[in-house]
Amino acid sequence: MKISHLFSSPGEWVRGDGPHHQIVISSRVRLARNLRNHAFPGWAKKAERLQILEQIKPRVEELTEMQDAFSEYLQDLTALDKQVLVERHLISREQAAKGVGSAVVMNRKQTLSIMINEEDHLRMQALRAGLQLKNVFKMIDKVDSALEQKLDYAFHRKLGYLTACPTNVGTGMRASAMLHLPALVLSEQINQVIQAVNKVGLAVRGLYGEGTEAMGNLFQVSNQTTLGEKEDEIIARLNQVIEKIIEHEQNARQLLLQKKLSTLLDQIGRGYGVLSHAYSMTSKEALNLLSFIKLGIDLGFFPEEKRMAIDELFMETQPAHLQKSSQQKLAADERDSLRAEIIREKLKSFPKPDIVKPSGNGHNKPKNDE
Amino acid sequence: MTCDVCKTNQATVFLTQIVDGKMQKVNLCEACSKEKGVTDPTGFALADLLLGLGAAQEIEKGSGSQKCTICGFSQADFKKTGRLGCAHCYETFEEGLSSLLKAMHKGTSHIGKIPSRLAKTLQLDAEMKTLQKDLERAVAEENYESAAEIRDKIKQIETKHEV
Ligand SMILES: [Zn+2]
Ligand SMILES: [Zn+2]
Repeated sequence: MKISHLFSSPGEWVRGDGPHHQIVISSRVRLARNLRNHAFPGWAKKAERLQILEQIKPRVEELTEMQDAFSEYLQDLTALDKQVLVERHLISREQAAKGVGSAVVMNRKQTLSIMINEEDHLRMQALRAGLQLKNVFKMIDKVDSALEQKLDYAFHRKLGYLTACPTNVGTGMRASAMLHLPALVLSEQINQVIQAVNKVGLAVRGLYGEGTEAMGNLFQVSNQTTLGEKEDEIIARLNQVIEKIIEHEQNARQLLLQKKLSTLLDQIGRGYGVLSHAYSMTSKEALNLLSFIKLGIDLGFFPEEKRMAIDELFMETQPAHLQKSSQQKLAADERDSLRAEIIREKLKSFPKPDIVKPSGNGHNKPKNDE
Repeated sequence: MTCDVCKTNQATVFLTQIVDGKMQKVNLCEACSKEKGVTDPTGFALADLLLGLGAAQEIEKGSGSQKCTICGFSQADFKKTGRLGCAHCYETFEEGLSSLLKAMHKGTSHIGKIPSRLAKTLQLDAEMKTLQKDLERAVAEENYESAAEIRDKIKQIETKHEV
């Protein structure tokens, strides 16, 4: 498969509608694995990295899940293509910085992506829409079980799967979900929630992982530890915490509707106004405003059938996607005006927020079970 | 100690978190900790949000200038990158790593998935261990009949799997 085919559709999770899709954008599980008799990628010399790559890549390509896959050496991808893959969460920023000696293999649906010679010899991830960590784990676990028949993994009796970074040793697993939490941010409860999550040993990060800013009210919640706990225990614990967060977000939305309706309407209205009329917009501003339109759809202020358009804008307005669609490299200010243009165009067919019937599609009935 | 964020006020909140394999200590004053949403210093730190402070203090691991015999990786390399050189480095730097792993993780032993090839070996090992124990007990109790039976079982396993 060619990369143009891959890029022609946005990937299942972007337009997905998995469980709890209003609040949980996507679920992801990645496993880190290494070969027994080779230095880790960061320490191996180029010749050894190439040797590792040629040992692993054919084994990955012959997986049943990877029939009709997109498979490419990193040096054969343009900087822009790499960046598009990063924005789709299909490769890491670390992998995007790699050249000769690294590769990526992903399926057409973009639900499976396997990086070769990232920080570890193998970084494989499964990614689906909504909250379905268990299913996502099953997907990647199956791939891992198939690969372990053909590759000699570095496995230690006491420490489990050995990884370049000691923070990943044991299961080598990082499970995470991307959450959209505008009401917790608006009602200033988000820091409390982040701290509570941190306290139980889970991590909260921004849109693009470690050290990134929380834009668009999007947060990634993931396990922090990998040793001393079974994979399904980690996932169950994470799932439990995420369900609690969903509940808090839903309660916060109800509270805004009941007690702070004018604040809420002001945010949504301003978001709509600026997005429909701006002539220059950074991706950060776009994400932050689109977040409130998304919230407006969830709460019934905009028609449900407009959801897809907004979800797509979250991705289309990212810098690399923008340049890809215009087929040229753009300076920052050119990007900002193109971004504003694309958004204005899409919002033309968008009705004004319908503030008469705020409870709308009824997805957000208050929960009494707390 | 002064606050790592504003660099003026006296730090009163001290946080520790492991980031990229390194223990990072972050010291904050009252005002900055509130601003960063840190109110409970015993809870997990928000070093993720505070990254880039450059005030990291790493823990010293083990002693001397050990090098991995397989890949040549040294402790100095680990301090620089927070990554190890190869699988064998886990043996080489076992001493220093064990305290680091203990601080980082929930437990000190892996109890999750095991590669299926290894799972069989591990299971056989466990079986053999129980049989050996049974055998010792039978001999001690002068129960020679069951001791002979156990010996047969052990031999069976040994010939079948060439342990
Ligand atoms: Zn301060
Ligand atoms: Zn080594």
